[in-house]
Amino acid sequence: MMAVSTPQREAEVAQDALHAPDDRGRRERGFEFGLLIATAVAVVVLAVLLIDIAIDGLPFINSTRFTEYSSRFPEEFGFRSGITGTLSLMILVGLLSFVIGVGGATYLEEFAPNNRFTRFVEANTSNLAGVPSVVYGLLGAGVFVFFFSLGRSLIVGAITLSLLILPVIIVASREALRAVPNALREAGLGLGATPLQTIGRQILPQALPGILTGTILALSRAIGETAPILVVGALFSRRSDNVPWDIDDAFSALPIQVFDLVKRPQAAFQEQVAPAGIIILLVLLLLMNSIAIYLRNRYSRSS
Amino acid sequence: MDQQTAAASSVDIDRTSTMTRGEHARQSRPLDSELARQAGAGPAVREDAEVVFDLDDVTVKYGSFPAIRDVTMQIRERMITALIGPSGCGKTTLLRCFNRMNDLIPSASVEGTIRYKGADLYASGVDPVEVRRRIGMVFQKPNPFPKSIRENILFGPRVTGMEFDADEIVERSLKGAALWDEVSGKLDDSALGLSGGQQQRLCIARATAVEPDTILMDEPCSALDPIATGAIEDLMRALREDYTIVIVTHNMQQAARACDMTAFITTEVAQDEQGHDRRSGRLIEFDRTEVIFGDPNDQRTEDYISGRFG
Ligand SMILES: Nc1ncnc2c1ncn2[C@@H]1O[C@H](COP(=O)(O)OP(=O)(O)O)[C@@H](O)[C@H]1O
Ligand SMILES: [Mg+2]
Repeated sequence: MMAVSTPQREAEVAQDALHAPDDRGRRERGFEFGLLIATAVAVVVLAVLLIDIAIDGLPFINSTRFTEYSSRFPEEFGFRSGITGTLSLMILVGLLSFVIGVGGATYLEEFAPNNRFTRFVEANTSNLAGVPSVVYGLLGAGVFVFFFSLGRSLIVGAITLSLLILPVIIVASREALRAVPNALREAGLGLGATPLQTIGRQILPQALPGILTGTILALSRAIGETAPILVVGALFSRRSDNVPWDIDDAFSALPIQVFDLVKRPQAAFQEQVAPAGIIILLVLLLLMNSIAIYLRNRYSRSS
Repeated sequence: MDQQTAAASSVDIDRTSTMTRGEHARQSRPLDSELARQAGAGPAVREDAEVVFDLDDVTVKYGSFPAIRDVTMQIRERMITALIGPSGCGKTTLLRCFNRMNDLIPSASVEGTIRYKGADLYASGVDPVEVRRRIGMVFQKPNPFPKSIRENILFGPRVTGMEFDADEIVERSLKGAALWDEVSGKLDDSALGLSGGQQQRLCIARATAVEPDTILMDEPCSALDPIATGAIEDLMRALREDYTIVIVTHNMQQAARACDMTAFITTEVAQDEQGHDRRSGRLIEFDRTEVIFGDPNDQRTEDYISGRFG
């Protein structure tokens, strides 16, 4: 029997054609649910960790934690040497890694001839980003502490952490430079600017927001590291402050102090003082990130 | 050699066309005559003008591929010279040799000689930065810096180390580019807020701010609407008083309307040493605009301007 084609029948067929196949909705929703679970796992685990730390540490945060040096008694323990050490490291590592990283990236991206040597350096920069941090510590200890006899000083800690994050900063800065359209380079050079003038005044400022983002992320990682500075001889505790300009001084840092505290036998150190130290470290990192985000927004707006 | 014969002999073409001028005239299409009428409208070409660019047997290669070859021509002072021809025939490639912009492409190489006011542009020891300070460039796509209008104008004068009064040079350059009236109230606004046509005029203003002798333009109107295009053409005619202009254009009406001299370039197939076909650009005919559009000497020019190929 043949279906008679009427306008109404045609409309029904057309309507049916617009319906999704039966199983599509189910597949789509299933996949969406999977993605939701993945997000939830990440967020929930992080939240649980943070809440746990906050519950343990927050009641223990008071002015003593900031004004006092290390102590054998949990109530009297303060992170002053770690805080000043970490702040000094932040400043030194920020300066060193930014200047060297952006310089290296600019050379590789804008000036380096396209030859074998350049390609070798490029490939290895990316590889270096994957080297475990403790290896950088061993390098720092071997080369700077002993070979250059710089001792277990703040500057060695800063150099070691800078080396650790340089590959990341270089890769991020190169990406940022590459994202600046070539038309702007031609515009500058076409006006009779030298390559240096063009890059310095037009290209780098354009790339700066991207460069800053990469630097901040890398710096956050460096500041939280324990292993490399442990190997180059950071102290669990000192009875004096670090300042960024006294680069020969011995140094301590917050992650090292936390590491020390969790190894101590007394439960109060493990369960109260260490979480308090972690909270202080996290707040420092958040502060640093907000300053950097502020700077970045200011630069992208003014351009 | 007197200037007049130089102008004639500078047209380096294979005169393979067997057509006579009479045949051309009979075959003229409405487009031709319309363009020819427009071409006649401008002031006469000054035959005694000095030679600015003197090209002798210039071939430009990307790697081993000659994108354009054997170009011999002379471009004269304070005239607008158009390079026309089908897409990919090497117009941009040739233009970018005039201020050594090709240096930025590692694979590009130039053979033959290009003299600028008698000086060999590719001689050893020539600093491309110095070349570009004298020979400015406006690109196909407007490329203002993502900064204020003012900063766009002032970048050139600042980096070239010339003496200047900032307000004066901003006003003069923008007036010269017929943009002042539109932007005088918002000099500190971002150049990216301007329309495409305004951006391109800003790029022209920026190029003139460093007071070059010559301005190269690579299809400056290809991204613009007809009104903006008209504004840029008026501007070119005004700039001709002070500058030598070489412009690449896709638009034949534009060449006919606005340019004094026109060079027609097209792609030719030739065989390389291994016997492979290689296509590269050749200069077919270079003459006064009204000749190119009214009574060209070469069949290929005739075909191109009457829209039969390309
Ligand atoms: N950077 C480059 N590298 C290799 N080949 C190129 C490059 N630029 C242009 N070409 C080639 O050279 C020829 C001429 O290009 P171009 O000068 O841009 O032509 P036009 O401006 O006349 O359209 C084309 O075949 C093009 O593919
Ligand atoms: Mg082109």
